[in-house]
Amino acid sequence: MLKGSSVDARSTKREKVIDRLEQNNKQVPSRIPVSEQTPKERVSNFNEVTLGYTAEQAVAEASRCLQCKLAPCIQGCPVGISIPSFIKLIKEGNFRGAINKIKEKNCLPTVCGRVCPQENQCEKLCTLGKKGEPVAIGRLERFVADYERESGKISLPKKKEPTDKKVAVVGSGPAGLTCAGDLAKLGHKVTIFEALHKPGGVLLYGIPEFRLPKAVVESEISYIKKLGVEIKTNMVVGKITTIDELFYEGYDAIFIGVGAGLPRFLKVPGENFNGIYSANEFLTRVNLMKAYLFPKYDTPIKKGENVVVVGGGNVAMDSARTALRLGAKKVYLLYRRAKEDMPARKEEVQHAKEEGIDFRILATPKRFIGIEGRVSAAECVETRLGELDNSGRRKPVIKEGSEFLLAVDVVIVAIGAKANPLLPKATPGLKLYKEGYIATDQNCVTSKEGIFAGGDIVTGSATVISAMGTGRKATLEIDRYLATLK
Amino acid sequence: MFKILDKEKLALSIFRFEIEAPKIARKAKAGQFVILRLDEQGERIPLTICDFDEKKSSISLVLQEVGKTTQQLASLSCGDCIADVVGPLGKPSEIKNFGTVVCVAGGVGAAVILPVARVLKGVGNKIITILGARSEELLILEEELSLISDEFFIMTDDGSKGRCGVCTDILKELIEGGCDISRVVAIGPVIMMKFVCKTTEPHKIKTVVSLNSIMVDGTGMCGSCRVTVGGETKFCCVDGPEFDGHLVDFDELINRQRMYLEEESLSLELHDVKRVECRCKKHKKREGN
Repeated sequence: MLKGSSVDARSTKREKVIDRLEQNNKQVPSRIPVSEQTPKERVSNFNEVTLGYTAEQAVAEASRCLQCKLAPCIQGCPVGISIPSFIKLIKEGNFRGAINKIKEKNCLPTVCGRVCPQENQCEKLCTLGKKGEPVAIGRLERFVADYERESGKISLPKKKEPTDKKVAVVGSGPAGLTCAGDLAKLGHKVTIFEALHKPGGVLLYGIPEFRLPKAVVESEISYIKKLGVEIKTNMVVGKITTIDELFYEGYDAIFIGVGAGLPRFLKVPGENFNGIYSANEFLTRVNLMKAYLFPKYDTPIKKGENVVVVGGGNVAMDSARTALRLGAKKVYLLYRRAKEDMPARKEEVQHAKEEGIDFRILATPKRFIGIEGRVSAAECVETRLGELDNSGRRKPVIKEGSEFLLAVDVVIVAIGAKANPLLPKATPGLKLYKEGYIATDQNCVTSKEGIFAGGDIVTGSATVISAMGTGRKATLEIDRYLATLK
Repeated sequence: MFKILDKEKLALSIFRFEIEAPKIARKAKAGQFVILRLDEQGERIPLTICDFDEKKSSISLVLQEVGKTTQQLASLSCGDCIADVVGPLGKPSEIKNFGTVVCVAGGVGAAVILPVARVLKGVGNKIITILGARSEELLILEEELSLISDEFFIMTDDGSKGRCGVCTDILKELIEGGCDISRVVAIGPVIMMKFVCKTTEPHKIKTVVSLNSIMVDGTGMCGSCRVTVGGETKFCCVDGPEFDGHLVDFDELINRQRMYLEEESLSLELHDVKRVECRCKKHKKREGN
């Protein structure tokens, strides 16, 4: 009862601010636009699309913030950044102060400023957004983070006195990096175990260069290392060592952030023809292995002329836009639900459209046809929306007789991931749920003492920031747990 | 970095490398593999672990020069380093006392089958080995395999050593001669494994094959190594590399292995050009001196 009334009071207050704006006949000022590479220019390179604010633009955009006392934006941030405070510092021209404010809560600001779905988080709750455009919080975050990175003077936060506690973090994606960085700040000795040859997880193998430059990821990782975190690559936990062995080796607590892992396939006939990729494989070849620079780099990739991407999330957008940059003449994006159901960030959908991706909404492949073992066509079928399903969205139903054929030479299946059983299988006693995800309580505590987990291996496929959010939650819990050990 | 401790030429274009990898050596089991990347520009390729020695902290890998990466690796010497080696990956072989096990090894498959045959022998199986190759100069590990085998046959396509013919000829004779075979392990070229399975299937002899599909990460993340087993898509890297051969769609596997033929030959061609250029430069330098 109490809680409800306070929320009401809050929203009434917000309305009042806006009403006042309107009474004074002040229009909500428009957002400062950000410069981008033109669609024509960018489809032929892998450089970053959004170029970011200049200092003047950032100050001007920061000046739009109303500095609401209740700061609804903070409630929308999975890691709880003090958004109005850092924006105020930008407005005052104190960019270093602003980035330090962000880093109190977020160790990967250059990443989040680029890939967070702000429109569904902080910016969704921005008071200005009620009557006009919300403050461009993400772009401001990116601006100060880049400001610091480009200056070369990366400030390190004060670390607490070293404790004698050791923590192993499995996986160096957003959940693992956040947890490792935060634990190091608290004075614990942290070692990250990464399966691939380079750290970064999905930030490295998944998100393309044009959306998240690898130099940005590398600088964030070097920051985490400067905090005192050790990173061991080529370590597949579950194979070369196990969780139980890590305890035996002297680690006091373990955080598992290995990501969801196994790609989902459509399970339609012809899916194993050559030229058909999971988005994971396609993006890993391009981003991690740099197949777009073949033959300078040894990893090959099939560069299709006509490409079909299946799916409606960020990974689907990334795959479609990557295919275009590899030289495809035509890229179709098939999505079986309605446009509004697409989980991708708005900006990514917008960018994909500008670049000429052909969206085929309410359609899905029925089977693939091949010639001499290579995919040559996708037989697709239209769908319509039926009853609500478990996800709260209307379930797509196949329209009989609506088949159509697309001539293609590369197909990328981007319909999500399942839990990778490799680590859970090697960890007896670890409780799982649903299709093999690790079961935890709200504070990332698993069924086994001393083991915590977060990110996609707990939640299923989600966003970078939500993985970071769980990494942060786990940190607090691990710190509490370590204090109970003698 | 992983140091090369020893290198040995086993046959024409086939090499054995001993690599310092203490952690992998401690954990490796027969049937498992590693993925390696030579340098910053390198691709990730899977290679089966053919031996591991915990005391020497090393693993042994056997490879045949076929593409750019294997050629580049073959050109390395003792003391050189490999950027990345990750493993042991995949499931270990199923080891039990089955009774009589026929090990059919083709080409470099001999290196993969050796540790499996050794452990199978160790738990009491009778081991019959059929070692095959195109010709004598491509036969490897003959001595090692014959030492652990109760019966040992060599087959070459051209008859340059042992009997002339293919491995399945002897397998057929064994089966038809009433040999009580509990299990067949076949490792080698896909086409050989396919025909071994065709030979054993009518007799319902359980046949295990080890598949060498194209991989990237080797941990189940990419699906590059997918293969149809019993009508279901399986990942070679985490569900395999060993499967029930009677359920494997070999034709699909053969096709998937050919996916990058064009790119592989381009890569190799450019590598050859580079090597020749290198040699020319060295030559000129010497002449200049």
